[in-house]
Amino acid sequence: MKVIEREAASETGRLELPKVIPSLTIRPVSGWSPLGLKELWEYRELLYFLTWRDIKVRYKQTALGVAWAVIQPLFMMLVFSLFFGRLAKVPSDNIPYPVFVFCALLPWQLFAHALTESSNSLVSNERLITKVYFPRLVIPLSAVLAGLVDFAIAFLVLIAMMFFYGITPHLAVLTLPLFILLAVLTALGVGLWLSALNVQYRDVRYTLTFLTQFWLFATPVAYPSSLIPEKWRALYGLNPMAGVVEGFRWALLGRTEPPAPMLIVSSAVTLLVLVGGLYYFKRMEESFADIV
Amino acid sequence: MSEIAIRCEGLSKRYRIGQREARYKALRDTLTDVLAAPVRKARKVFAGNSSAQNFNGQESIWALRDVSFEVKRGEVVGLIGHNGAGKSTLLKILSRITKPTEGFAEIHGRVGSLLEVGTGFHPELTGRENVYLNGSILGMRKSEIERKFDEIVAFAEVEEFIDTPVKRYSTGMYARLAFAVAAHLEPEILVIDEVLAVGDAAFQKKCLGKMNDVASAGRTVLFVSHNMQAIQSLCRNTLLIKSGKVEAFGNSKSVVVRYLAGIAEMGSEVRWPEESAPGNQEIKLTALRVYTDNAAEGIYSSSEELNVEMKFTARSKHSGLCIGFDVVNSEGVVVARSYQTDLPPEQWPEIRLGENKWCCTIPRGLLNAGLYYVSPRIGVHNMYWIVNADPTIRFEVILDHGVSPFWNTLNAASRPGVIAPIFKWAS
Ligand SMILES: Nc1ncnc2c1ncn2[C@@H]1O[C@H](COP(=O)(O)OP(=O)(O)O)[C@@H](O)[C@H]1O
Repeated sequence: MKVIEREAASETGRLELPKVIPSLTIRPVSGWSPLGLKELWEYRELLYFLTWRDIKVRYKQTALGVAWAVIQPLFMMLVFSLFFGRLAKVPSDNIPYPVFVFCALLPWQLFAHALTESSNSLVSNERLITKVYFPRLVIPLSAVLAGLVDFAIAFLVLIAMMFFYGITPHLAVLTLPLFILLAVLTALGVGLWLSALNVQYRDVRYTLTFLTQFWLFATPVAYPSSLIPEKWRALYGLNPMAGVVEGFRWALLGRTEPPAPMLIVSSAVTLLVLVGGLYYFKRMEESFADIV
Repeated sequence: MSEIAIRCEGLSKRYRIGQREARYKALRDTLTDVLAAPVRKARKVFAGNSSAQNFNGQESIWALRDVSFEVKRGEVVGLIGHNGAGKSTLLKILSRITKPTEGFAEIHGRVGSLLEVGTGFHPELTGRENVYLNGSILGMRKSEIERKFDEIVAFAEVEEFIDTPVKRYSTGMYARLAFAVAAHLEPEILVIDEVLAVGDAAFQKKCLGKMNDVASAGRTVLFVSHNMQAIQSLCRNTLLIKSGKVEAFGNSKSVVVRYLAGIAEMGSEVRWPEESAPGNQEIKLTALRVYTDNAAEGIYSSSEELNVEMKFTARSKHSGLCIGFDVVNSEGVVVARSYQTDLPPEQWPEIRLGENKWCCTIPRGLLNAGLYYVSPRIGVHNMYWIVNADPTIRFEVILDHGVSPFWNTLNAASRPGVIAPIFKWAS
């Protein structure tokens, strides 16, 4: 079947004009433009290939690719367990501290990695941007998506750990994908802002390390949010990662009440950052090729 | 088939000078500014490249100014002009990479643009993986790539290495594969920058052949080239851009002649300052001139030997370097091409680290009368060009090398013939 197709194509050789020729007018940009999500959908194959490239290269370049995805959170877990769990005796909602912290490190790492990669994505794909047209959104998006593989690998470790500590998840585990989505969207939202800013201001990249470190400690990874007085907890949700991390713990370990108020605030913040990011990105998109 | 494929109307593009350098502008500074003058400066952060924004007194240049033209469906149009004339900017606007500042362009048909071959190639990935990646970057569907895969690989002649990471490829193989993917694009409108200059001569020929196929398959093509002959043989019409404006648009031959004639202000000598010298890190051309032992600037008689002097600086001694030039006549025909590597290896002048001054001698009694241009070329043998410039200097030859009384008494300044050598006769 395939062969026949190919022969037919090369036999005619001539271009067969489609019945409807797409027309397009290229004009100067004026003000805020629509997001062009429909066009993004048309470029889904490119998104797929770029994500696939990032994953492939990541696991090809570091021979330890897979191991790295495991070692990093595992090592952090050990350090945290030792210093916060053992020495500082930070409470962990009656969950063995290693599981408690690892369970939070997973979405955190997913977020931090996706944030860093997407923020730098436009600059590191400079060649593509200046030589080919496609919706630029594909670039930070693929950078974020590629991080999911690391997450999946580390997740297997978590399952093993839960098994080891004899923790069986409740029905709440079914909501887990929602929290993963929330983590990804938060990273994307912030990543969109930072990647667009990074094109114009190259010191964004240096700010990034500081930002993620600071953010890590502002997020209940090493400690439970129950340390924070009840009435402030919803406010704590202004840090969307707080909602994600607590949601994650609830879904998997499910000992406590669902962190509902916090989650609502977190989701709202994420949505705001994301939509704002999308528009800002779109607004700046036209100038990327000129200044990157 | 008389429908329009591309129509540009008053297309203009303004760049801020130093816009690229502005990257070193620190966010910190802007934030301080924002705090200092909230309303006024906050707009800066949001200012895209829209025409509405003021340029804050920053200097800007018009890379394109009021460009209007039409290309009919199925036409193959050449695009020529000096470096910095705005050719790439025009192609970038048409392929939607950047937006115009003013004016508009109407495009009827899917556009495939090829501003560089191998965009997105990743050295760690295999040839096969890169074909898929690059194909999709250039806008092919996965099914389309699958269908054409074997053809692409065969065209590139890399069958046995297709599953090797491309970082192990030779430069030639890399370029061939990259071009092969691009050559199998099938949009209705194809926009191509100078990308044919890859690979060895045989492969270049193949590329030109492919271009010919594309042209005769009814596709609309807009293509930039420094190769005046390719332009003339592939394109019926050519657009000449000068300093961002349309200088001429029409029959290729006459536009090429006009382009070359327009290089009149060009002398028979050119020197480049270090920063703008053509070349790369390894080798840079710093000066080029034509001279004879005793003639007025720029006009030489055919009975003298002509010297073409090339000065260049080399940072490394690449073994495959070919250094030479084309002599092009006023119709854009390459009359001769010469490299040091035309000689047997033991006679090649030595490439020294640092400054080099080489001289090539064109024998007396070879060129016919007329205007000639020299296009310097430096390349790595059979691989790629480091310098592949447009005609850069020009000189004039007056015919006086005939010993026969009839030669010079002819009114016409030149004899028929592209060249005017004196052959041996005997009986
Ligand atoms: N991103 C950019 N920022 C500022 N100036 C630019 C940019 N791109 C091109 N230019 C300027 O625009 C002019 C036209 O450039 P270009 O279109 O690349 O010319 P060509 O392709 O004919 O050599 C040049 O003077 C160049 O310096």
